[in-house]
Amino acid sequence: MPWDRNQMAARAAEELEDGMYVNLGIGIPTLVANYVGDKDITLQSENGMLGMGPFPYEGEEDPDLINAGKQTITELARTAYFDSATSFAMIRGGKIAAAILGAMEVDEKGDLANWMIPGKLVKGMGGAMDLVAGVGRVIVVMDHTNKHGQSKVLRECTLPLTGKGVVDRIITNLGVLDVVEGGLKIVELADGVTEEEMRAATEATIVD
Amino acid sequence: MNKVYANATEALDGLLFDGMFIAAGGFGLCGIPELLLQAIKDAGTKDLTFASNNAGVDDFGIGILLQTRQVKKMISSYVGENAEFMRQYLSGELELEFNPQGTLAERMRAGGAGIPGFYTKTGVGTVIAEGKEHKEFNGETYILEEGIFADLAIIKAWKADDTGNLIFRKTARNFNVPAATCGKICVAEVEEIVPRGSLDPDCIHLPGIYVHRIIQGEHEKRIEQRTTRKREEA
Repeated sequence: MPWDRNQMAARAAEELEDGMYVNLGIGIPTLVANYVGDKDITLQSENGMLGMGPFPYEGEEDPDLINAGKQTITELARTAYFDSATSFAMIRGGKIAAAILGAMEVDEKGDLANWMIPGKLVKGMGGAMDLVAGVGRVIVVMDHTNKHGQSKVLRECTLPLTGKGVVDRIITNLGVLDVVEGGLKIVELADGVTEEEMRAATEATIVD
Repeated sequence: MNKVYANATEALDGLLFDGMFIAAGGFGLCGIPELLLQAIKDAGTKDLTFASNNAGVDDFGIGILLQTRQVKKMISSYVGENAEFMRQYLSGELELEFNPQGTLAERMRAGGAGIPGFYTKTGVGTVIAEGKEHKEFNGETYILEEGIFADLAIIKAWKADDTGNLIFRKTARNFNVPAATCGKICVAEVEEIVPRGSLDPDCIHLPGIYVHRIIQGEHEKRIEQRTTRKREEA
């Protein structure tokens, strides 16, 4: 059985080490916070916060306290607030150990596309281009194929890029792939997924 | 030196002109200068260019100036929450320049610090890099981005003293600090003006040198996405 959203998030959480400062994107990446266990992880929200806490209890929402997805959140004992220039200085300056992000397409050179589809409504890149260019390690979490069954793990991205050669590791419902010299290397297969199934669903070059 | 004005309209008196360039603070609807935006709407100033991370929603934030067609161009990183914005953009009535969020923040910071340009890795190999100078440093490619120098900055803070020293609250600080610094003139709206000496000098987020005019007012502080958890889950 391929992994479901929660299993993908749990697998992504294994990438995080004690003491890391991490930025989580919207969607499945947000679920990663539920699986860090005892590890001491500090979450950054790029609108100006380190030490992001869970959603508030009903009635305790604070309009001055939101995450980068504009959702109401809470602070923790360790929380620090800062302005947007400072926030992206720590991103661009390589202080954030890892970003876990969703994607529309990833390719074998580590190119990432996750911000626009030509001809469709373009909402903007937000902080995604800054994150992928700046953080220590970029981990993509997404479904291996789109709703038409076509591979999202490509030889070359077809959509406008968010970053070029920026992805380090890809976690999908079928398993884990690393971007290496010459293509992608299979690191792990989801329980019950065969290498043949992984290869069949992957357009990118797989190297041994 | 009197920086304190009675209301937003008086605070903007003599500062507004058609075709001007305004830098605005805020992230989503959090920490936006809602009173000053309303006063700009009331003044009817046209052909405005805004450097602002977002464009508000249809009936709040910069959205109210889109309804009255007062905005010519937006420089933003994300504009997804505004249907009227999309309509005007797709019909060609509104110009849009997407900036990566960190690039936009740094362009404001740089402008405010007297730095006309800087190199960044953000956007290299993407549409953002097209037409921009590329330069190698230590074997890596960077692109040149320019500082923002705005005619006016409008921001929202939590508390001010009468000299313009400001403190912000939680994530409402966001773009307000870099936006404030990149305007020739900065007008700040705050929830409370406190007596001189009552703010801890060690805890000022933005020194008064950057703030030229201040107003105090009631803020709606609308929440864009109310997300909560249930007590039982605790």
